[in-house]
This record gives sequence, C-alpha cells and structure tokens, in this order.
Amino acid sequence: MKPASRSFKENAVKALHDDGLQQALGKVRYGFVANRAKARANLPEFETLRDQARAIKEHTLAHLDVYLEEYEKKVVESGGHVHWAPSAADARDIILRLCQDAGAHTVTKGKSMVGEEIGINDHLEAAGIKAVETDLGEYLIQIRHEPPSHIIAPAIHLTKAQVEADFRDRHKDLPQDRILEEPAQLVAEARAVLREQFLAADVGITGANLLIAETGTSVIVTNEGNGDLTQCLPRMHIVIASIEKAVPTLEDACTILRVLARSATGQEFATYNTFSTGPKRPEDPDGPEEYHVVLLDNGRTEMLGGEFHDMLRCIRCGACMNHCPVYGAVGGHAYGWVYPGPMGSVLTPSLIGIDEAGHLPNASTFCGRCESVCPMRIPLPKMMRHWREREFEKGNMPAGFRLGLKLWAFAARRPRLYQTLMGLGMPVMAKLASKKRRFAWLPLAGGWTRHRDLPAPQGKTFQTLWREQNGRQ
Amino acid sequence: MDQTTGPRSDNPRVGLFVTCLVDLFRPSVGFAAIKLIEQSGCRVEVPRGQTCCGQPAYNSGDKADTRAIARATIEAFEPYDYIVAPSGSCAGMLKMHYPDLFGDDPDMGPRAEAFADKVHELISFLVDERGVKNVEARYEGKVTYHDSCAGLRELGVKQQPRILLEGVQGLELDEMEDSEICCGFGGTFSIKYPDISNAIVGKKTANISASGAGCLLAGDLGCLMNMTGKLTREGKSIEARHIAEILAGMTDEPPIGGSGDAQ
Amino acid sequence: MSNSSQRSAVLDAIRLSLGVKEGEKSRETPARKRLERHPHNIVPERARRGAKASISLFNETLEGQGATVNRVKTLAAVPELVAAYLRSNNLPAEFRTGDDNLLAKIPWGKTPSLTRQQGRGQGSDAVTMSRAIAAAAETGTLFLTSGPDNPTTLNFLPDTHIALIRAGDILGSYEDAWNRLRDSYGERSLPRAVNLISGPSRTADIEQVIVMGAHGPRRFFVIIVG
Repeated sequence: MKPASRSFKENAVKALHDDGLQQALGKVRYGFVANRAKARANLPEFETLRDQARAIKEHTLAHLDVYLEEYEKKVVESGGHVHWAPSAADARDIILRLCQDAGAHTVTKGKSMVGEEIGINDHLEAAGIKAVETDLGEYLIQIRHEPPSHIIAPAIHLTKAQVEADFRDRHKDLPQDRILEEPAQLVAEARAVLREQFLAADVGITGANLLIAETGTSVIVTNEGNGDLTQCLPRMHIVIASIEKAVPTLEDACTILRVLARSATGQEFATYNTFSTGPKRPEDPDGPEEYHVVLLDNGRTEMLGGEFHDMLRCIRCGACMNHCPVYGAVGGHAYGWVYPGPMGSVLTPSLIGIDEAGHLPNASTFCGRCESVCPMRIPLPKMMRHWREREFEKGNMPAGFRLGLKLWAFAARRPRLYQTLMGLGMPVMAKLASKKRRFAWLPLAGGWTRHRDLPAPQGKTFQTLWREQNGRQ
Repeated sequence: MDQTTGPRSDNPRVGLFVTCLVDLFRPSVGFAAIKLIEQSGCRVEVPRGQTCCGQPAYNSGDKADTRAIARATIEAFEPYDYIVAPSGSCAGMLKMHYPDLFGDDPDMGPRAEAFADKVHELISFLVDERGVKNVEARYEGKVTYHDSCAGLRELGVKQQPRILLEGVQGLELDEMEDSEICCGFGGTFSIKYPDISNAIVGKKTANISASGAGCLLAGDLGCLMNMTGKLTREGKSIEARHIAEILAGMTDEPPIGGSGDAQ
Repeated sequence: MSNSSQRSAVLDAIRLSLGVKEGEKSRETPARKRLERHPHNIVPERARRGAKASISLFNETLEGQGATVNRVKTLAAVPELVAAYLRSNNLPAEFRTGDDNLLAKIPWGKTPSLTRQQGRGQGSDAVTMSRAIAAAAETGTLFLTSGPDNPTTLNFLPDTHIALIRAGDILGSYEDAWNRLRDSYGERSLPRAVNLISGPSRTADIEQVIVMGAHGPRRFFVIIVG
C-alpha cells in the first residue's frame, strides 16, 4: 500500500475528531489493557518468562543462519518447500507464481501482517486471482479497502453500525429485513459468507507466529479458527513469514507462546495454537497437498546486529500500542502504513525509509509504557531516539525548530552565559504575566498555548536567588 | 524530621541538580528540595556549572550537543557524594542515559557511570537512601498524585511519595484513575504535536477532576505545567504543586500558574 | 533470481550482519545441540502440580474459556453423556468421528438414538467428535493430532465439537504434552497438524465484544474419561 505516514499530523487531527474512532479507542483500556494486567497477575512467573523469551530470541538471532537452514531441512524432509525472498517484490512474485501454477481462482487468507507488508492481496487481484481475508477483522477492512489499524485487532476502529452498513452494501444476498444490530448477528453473517469461500478456495495463505527449527513447523495463533480452515481445506497452503520468526525448539516456542497471548489479548492462551509440518501425509484424509513457506527478508538482515536489532525480537502482540497514549489518542490509521503504534514507529522507517516515515519516531512522549509492557523487552523509546538521531544527522527537521534547538544548546553548554540570559529574561516574563501568573498566548509558543495556558515564572531564577542568598560564588 | 533509624550522621555532601524548569519557572521547588535534603542530614550545595540535563537536545537526536552538556554536568557534580534532582525525568536522564552517551569513551565512559551511580530523584532519595519515613508538614485538603513517567518507569518512584504524603497532617490522598499514564507533555512533543498532546492531557485532567482532589501533585515540574495549564484553560479550580513544596511545608507561594484561583 | 541464489542472498546477508562465516563449528554445534536436546525452559509452577491437581486445573481453566467439561468413569458412560448433551442443546443426535481406536471402543450401540458417521469433516457437519492425545492443564489446552484417526477438519468445520480425553492424558505443561508426542512420533518429527485447542472459536473483532463461534465451533464439549 502507498504509505501515508508523511501526513501523520493531518491524519492525527482527523482521528481526534472522529467520534466513532474515539469511542472504540476508549474501550482498549477496559479490554486489552485490563485483561493483560489480570493475566500477568495470574502467572507469578510472567516476568521471568519475559526474560527467558528475550534470551531465546537473542540466541536465535545470533545463530539465525544455522537455525533457518535447519528449519529448511526439516520442512523439506516433511515434504514441504521453502522459498527465500530477499525483498517484498520477490515474495509477491513467488506467491503469485505458486498460485498460478496451482491454477488458483480463489485464495483464502489468514491474518498476516507480513501479507499486509508485502501487499499480497493487491498483487494477486491484479493478476485476476481473488484473495479473501478470512479473519473477521481483516475481512471488514478488506471490504472497506482500508489498512489494519491494529496488528491484532485490525478493525478496532469500526463501530457495529459501520459493519452493518458495510454488510448491507456488500452482501448482495442479505435480506433487507435481517436484523444485524448486535456483534453476534454480524459475526453469524460473516461466518456464513466466509464459509463458502473456505470451501471454494484453491490456495490458503497464512502467516506464521513462529517457525520451529527442531521440526520444520510453522505456528499460527488465532481465536477464530479461520487460519485453520484457510490452511487445511485448500489444495495448497502457503506460509508467508519473515526470517526473524524462527525459534529453535518446541520448548522455546512454548515459552514465547506463554507470554504472547497474555500480552496481546490478555488471554492465558489463544483458543487455537496450530503447529503445521509439511503437506498431508499419504494416510491423511485431509490437509493440503502442497505446503510452501516463503521466508521474507525485506530489510531484516540489515537490522540484524545494528541499532534496530532489538526490534527483531518483536512477536507482534500489540501490547505496545494498547498501552501507548499516542496510539490511544489517534488510533492506527494515523500512522499511515501497516504497522502502527510504538513498534511501527521503530519498524516502519526501517521498511519504507525514514524520509517517508519521519514523523513516526517523533510522535512519542517517551513515556516508556510500551517498553514496560513489551514481552520481549524491546527498548522501543531508545530506538525511536536512534531514528531521531539519524534524522538530525540528515537535517530532516523544520528549520525553525533546528535553529531554536541550536541556539538553546549554544547557551546550555555555557552555564555562565545561560544563567545571565535566563536571569534577565525570567523576571521580565513574570512581569508580563502579572497577577494572572499564566499566559493564554505567547509568541513562538502557539503550539502550547493553543490548547493550554503556560504557567508564568515566579520571578527571579533559582540561580539568581541562590547567589543573592549565599553571596557571590 | 522523623527517621526510625535516627538521623543519619554521615552528613554527606549533596549537589542539587536544580533542573532547568525549576530554575526558570519555580525556584521555590528548589528551596523546598534543599530544606528536605538538609533535614535528612545532608549538606547541600548548588554547583554553578549546571543548566539543563540536555533532554531537549537528546530527544531531538542532537547527540553532539547532548554530550557537551552532559560532560559539563558530570564535571560540575563529580566532587559530590550524591546528585539529587527534584524531577524523575531529569534524574532519569542523568542516571540512565548519560552512561549510554559515552559508552565507548575510555575517559568519559567510566566517569559517566560513576556519576550515574550517585544520581537520585529527590523523593526516592529521601526514602530509599536517607531512610526518611515521615516529614513534619501540614496541608489541609485532598490531593491527588500523578506518577510521572520517567520517575515511575526508569527509576521506580511509586511508593516513596505516597509513604511521605501519608505523614503530612491534614492531607488526604485521593488516587486518580490511570495515575501512571502519561500526561502528554513529553518535552518537545507537546510543541511538535500539540493536538495529540492536548488529547492526552485532556484525558488526564478528566481523571484529575474525577478524583475529587483540590490539589494536584507530582514530582516533575514539566508534567505539572502541562496539566495545570490544561486545568486552568478548562476553568477548573484545582491547584497544582510540586510534591516537595507540600513535604517541606512551603506552600505560601501561589500554586503553579496561579491555578486554584481560576474561577 | 533463482531460489538458490535468493537463498544465498538472504543467508549471506545474515552472516554479513552477524560478522560470521558459513560453517563455523563454534556456532553450529551449540545450535544443533539445542535442537537435539531441546532443553526445558522455565515451566510455571501451576503446570507442575501432579495428576490430580492438573485435572482440576484443566477443568476449571477450560470452563473459564467457554468450554463445557464433563467427567465420566468409563467409556461405557460416554454415549449417554453425548446423547444428553446434544439433547440439552437441541442438536441432532448425529455426529462424525475419525477412525480413532479409543472412540471405536465406545459401545455406541447401547444408545441407538445416536448416529455415528465416520470420515473427514464436511461443511455440513453439525457435530463432530475427536480424541485428544494429550492436554496441558496450565491453560486448559487439548492437543489434537491430524491423521485418519482424528482428521483436522473435524476440529474446525462443525458448529459443535466434542473432544474426548483420558484422565491419564491430562498433563501439567505444554512441554509434558510435547514429550508425549515425541514418544509417539519420534524426535524432531510431528504429524502434519497439531492443534492446541483451549475453547470454542471466538472473536472480539466487532467493538471488542466477545462472540463465540467465529469460524470454528460455537460449542466445545470436553469429556474426560477415567
């Protein structure tokens, strides 16, 4: 999809005035956030598991080439195929070719953020292959031609009234008098429509939460069961996964799964954790005849070992965005691309470039809540700061802001000068505010005073007062 | 000041890192901090070679200027046994981030580490380092306390302010909902993304109002200026003060931004 | 680019970033050893409480996740239990199973009102039944393995899914269950699909309201035998 991250500010303002969106975002605190806190409290080992999950990923990344080769070996042994895709375009080509070779007309899709990242649906559609999202949230945004606004709850921005309108508009066989007011009725409608697609599909494409080197297994974690129908009914199952999804063993997978659902939805475990190894065996009555894995790099190898290395530990749980005050204010679409929230603010610039995504690492208060809840202990604020450093080096900063910063820093590096200037300035400012002790407007502070008053200084600076009291030091 | 272990007699030398906002906007917080630190049995000095911790540059990606500011700060404070700041954000910068700035510098790296070891946020310094359990102060009224982000998440400041507030005569602490969620200040963030910052602080002031308290406290002046600036703009008569003012019994100065007399 | 050159491109890029070379024994040996030995990580205390406690934790957790759980002493009691469950939910007394030998041992004939069909799942199935090879009590999770005994489609296509497990197969942790599978399928080898199921299908994609039966079964009925 074409990124809209450049217009983050405008997107954000629009989002702030979208009542439906604000209502939806207001529920995150009582859903995901409260449930995660409960799940964490119910598992005394949670913090230790986080440390261990982090260590597992670090070990894997340090041996990534070895584990990927082992993984590939086991996939091939079980009758599957592994395709290597250095870029998003390579992955699209591989998948399209596989679908064409299978003579596919309809492809069902399980929810896959990598699928969104490479824009696979549009690519297939352009070649005349119908791609149907089957995760309910993904389906809703697909029929609206929208990107996901959350990595685990893609349609979190929608109200049930909007969903009803979309179904009435889109589902031509839907009787006018059918009542579609409650989520349960809407879910039943989607279930009926998508069931036909599941049974008709020639190819099923899913992502993977984990790739296990021990056994050559891909793992998907879902609650709806759509991913399972996507992969066990069609003739071909294609897994699209980025290379950092590898883990060594089933035990290692378990440790990560123990923190994944708890961090994501606050469930102890997702309803369905499915471990898939190769195509259907000779004696099997069901399952795909062909099993393909597309391993995507698309910038990951460049992150490996560098400033953004830690981001490769991300397991896409969404806890960072659920707990982010900025995401909570503007939602996911404002970020303008596939990955929103704090993890997106670090990852998106790596994938589409800092010139395109420059706003994202800047749009953070550095409150640190994302890092404090990240199951993989990814230092998200630190990496957003790294992006700001790169931007500063490149000069990607409004000229006025840069000049102001430089002038301030010039003074801040020279304590005597700084104290003299401020010692003169602050009493003047205090006088200007007079008895109100605050400013409703100040030149150059419009960003602040548009929404808030600026408290006025008390008068003389502390340094002045201190020197007056203690004699000249 | 009552300390269950008795006043510590080591009489260490504390360098007060005033912080730029206290220096410029609210010197009374600096004096309150000095009073509290002295009461805990320390000598306090205010080195002149300080300006700001450097966060505006650091968080804007300007590492060279940040390093220069950090180097000057470290040099100014090296002689002291402790470095104490009445701000979790600034103390977090000095303690958690200065060492990162000089990671591979053979001279400054170890000096930054040694410096960082001595840095404390004011309230946690009193409770954790000096063993203060109670202060002799009086404040009639209901207050609510905002946990500023860096203090809370970088330095673990959570119970310490509550322990000391409990000992203030006449004071009742009414916790607001989501006291641990950011107020939307974020330094330059509030200027660069004013509309988002406004939305975040709007949720905060709603929680502050709902707490029923007449006074908002926090350990960081930046957050306080943001929240009280919003409260006065909304016409709410809730005053805002730095927690040190209450603990030191220094509430003669009008509240921040004249809040509390809005109506 | 061919697959082999794309493969080299990715692997070479990894090695370049890690600053390593292909075939370094000091890296390959510990990695391969980890795969062979698959050492345990931390297993939560709740998953190490012994058989009796595991069964009650399993029961409690699974019910908390929206499943119905019942326990009977013998296989002979299963048909009546199934018939009663289907009746109470106004469901047809008809269901499908695979070729599982334990399910085959159940004296279905004693309850003639029940009709058991066999084979893989069909889109038209209202009720199906499978047998779980193991369960992990820590999160009320059943392990179901693919194959002619218990075709995977039975787990996902029907409205109502019944899973049977022997009490002795309810273990504490996921790790215990994987070891049970390793005993059956060998080291570094798994059946095509292993489904870890912890309740009925659900979604919260519309206004964060939980609705059961998104695409998979609306009802999940678990029978513990023994």
